[in-house]
Amino acid sequence: MNYLNETIDSLNKKLAGGEITADQLAKDTLANIKETDKKLNAWITVDEDAKVAEDLDFNKNKLAGIPIAIKDNIITDGVKTTAASHILDNFIPMYDATVITKLKEAQATLIGKTNMDEFAMGSSTEHSYFGATHNPWNLDKVPGGSSGGSAAAVAGGQVVAALGSDTGGSIRQPAAFNGIFGIKPTYGRVSRWGLIAFGSSLDQIGVMSKRVKDSAEVMNVIAGGDEHDSTVSMREVPDYTKFLGQDVKGLRVAVPKEYMSDAVDEGVRKAVQDQIDVLKENGAIINEVSLPHTNYVVPTYYIIASSEASSNLQRFDGIRYGYRAKNTKNLLDIYVKSRSEGFGTEVKRRIMLGSFALSAGSYDKFFRQAAKVRTLICNDFDKVFAENDVIVGPVTTTPAFGIGTEISDPIKMYNNDILTISANLAGIPAASVPAGLVDGMPVGLQIMAKRFDEGSIFRVADFIERQNKFYEKTPTGMEE
Amino acid sequence: MKITITEDTIRHVAELSRLEFGDDEIGKFTQEMDSIINMANQLQEVDTEGVEETVQVVDRDTVFREDKSEHWQSKEELMKNVPDEANGFIKVPVIIEKDDNE
Repeated sequence: MNYLNETIDSLNKKLAGGEITADQLAKDTLANIKETDKKLNAWITVDEDAKVAEDLDFNKNKLAGIPIAIKDNIITDGVKTTAASHILDNFIPMYDATVITKLKEAQATLIGKTNMDEFAMGSSTEHSYFGATHNPWNLDKVPGGSSGGSAAAVAGGQVVAALGSDTGGSIRQPAAFNGIFGIKPTYGRVSRWGLIAFGSSLDQIGVMSKRVKDSAEVMNVIAGGDEHDSTVSMREVPDYTKFLGQDVKGLRVAVPKEYMSDAVDEGVRKAVQDQIDVLKENGAIINEVSLPHTNYVVPTYYIIASSEASSNLQRFDGIRYGYRAKNTKNLLDIYVKSRSEGFGTEVKRRIMLGSFALSAGSYDKFFRQAAKVRTLICNDFDKVFAENDVIVGPVTTTPAFGIGTEISDPIKMYNNDILTISANLAGIPAASVPAGLVDGMPVGLQIMAKRFDEGSIFRVADFIERQNKFYEKTPTGMEE
Repeated sequence: MKITITEDTIRHVAELSRLEFGDDEIGKFTQEMDSIINMANQLQEVDTEGVEETVQVVDRDTVFREDKSEHWQSKEELMKNVPDEANGFIKVPVIIEKDDNE
């Protein structure tokens, strides 16, 4: 089964009409993955024994019998979950993350786990113990990261939708690089219980799909309160598909001047400006605004995210689960050797940066200062949202870069995230919708909204999708 | 103002992090950390006088729940991922430091 021309609606119709059984759909999906993944390496684990739910109800459950891909940092009962790390390469969880429980209740078929940067730390999916994933539009380019496997699986037609996670852009940047839609919901909209923690005040699970409506369908299933995660909001979850099919008349759209500066590739800026012009032609009110602390979001983010990571990753000690080093003399030796052999270079860098920022003598100067600058960044957004409904701009400064071109330069790699990490620091929802091609590679339009206003994001993204019809394009790297 | 990161600083932070770096890696790692920390040091330029810290962006107050036990997994299930076990216990090397020559 190739999903390039399918949607959840079209699959639901086929399944309900008996054109295909859910068992056959799962089999065909696995067969197609086996064939196409030679090119992409989008998967860490493909579950050959993927079970279809019993008593499928195609009327009640839109996702019934439809295969969905899961990023490999989301815990799945009985299915290996590695976070793309050597330190977890044999880890088989004994419970499901809340989002997995919800997908199972909605009778979706879970067929496997997608590749990513180790512990979601990276912007290219090159930092994986299981090798790099390739971009379906050009196999020599990165798919972005850290949810690069989920993005490539969707863009390459292996699945109709996938779950990802986004700590600093890890859903939106790969969505942009692969020409698909991807949404990071508001912090607290989707339970993080069972998501392997990276930066706990920033992490959020979200959805990636070729079509906007399909993400709305999956969001309807995974969003909402959870007694296992007290940071999840108890607010009612609206039906996100209700925001589709609307116009943009009178919508107040802010464009931050910092997001359209010379630092952004000219082609990317033009593709984004074209989408803004379309919004304007259709009655949206475009306001140029400023997010004055944009220059400081990269250092703020890397201090906060790495500090939280250094704390979260203390649990990997080689004792109760995961990789344990051989030939160790004592307990300390187990910790140090298991961690030094089990973690990859980028993860070590982040742990070290975090430990440094939290250590005596550095705490005030780095962690506390970053937490204060975070307040200023949040204030910038509050000011803009007082007079605007959404903020739009580019997702990335360039289209996808070549595999191997940035991996040796951490600072260059970190700067890839400059346009996406503010949304995580402020906890607001943000998405990427395809804007067009630049030199044959897709670029995205970013849409950000007020906390818990995912509805406005779906409204704008769906409008853009209907105007530019990017989904009609086929990824060039998948052609024979 | 530039901060200089030395190999000694990196060795100290590695110890805090329960990580170790070989003599062949430490030089390159120190250089990389030096540039990353100096990138982060740009934050000193920002005037944060009187600004509160933001450490979370949750819309709920601290949530309390009843402190009650819940039966979850069996011991066998919990032991499934243990790297080394003996008689239902997790096995680790000696905890009390021994002299290498002992």
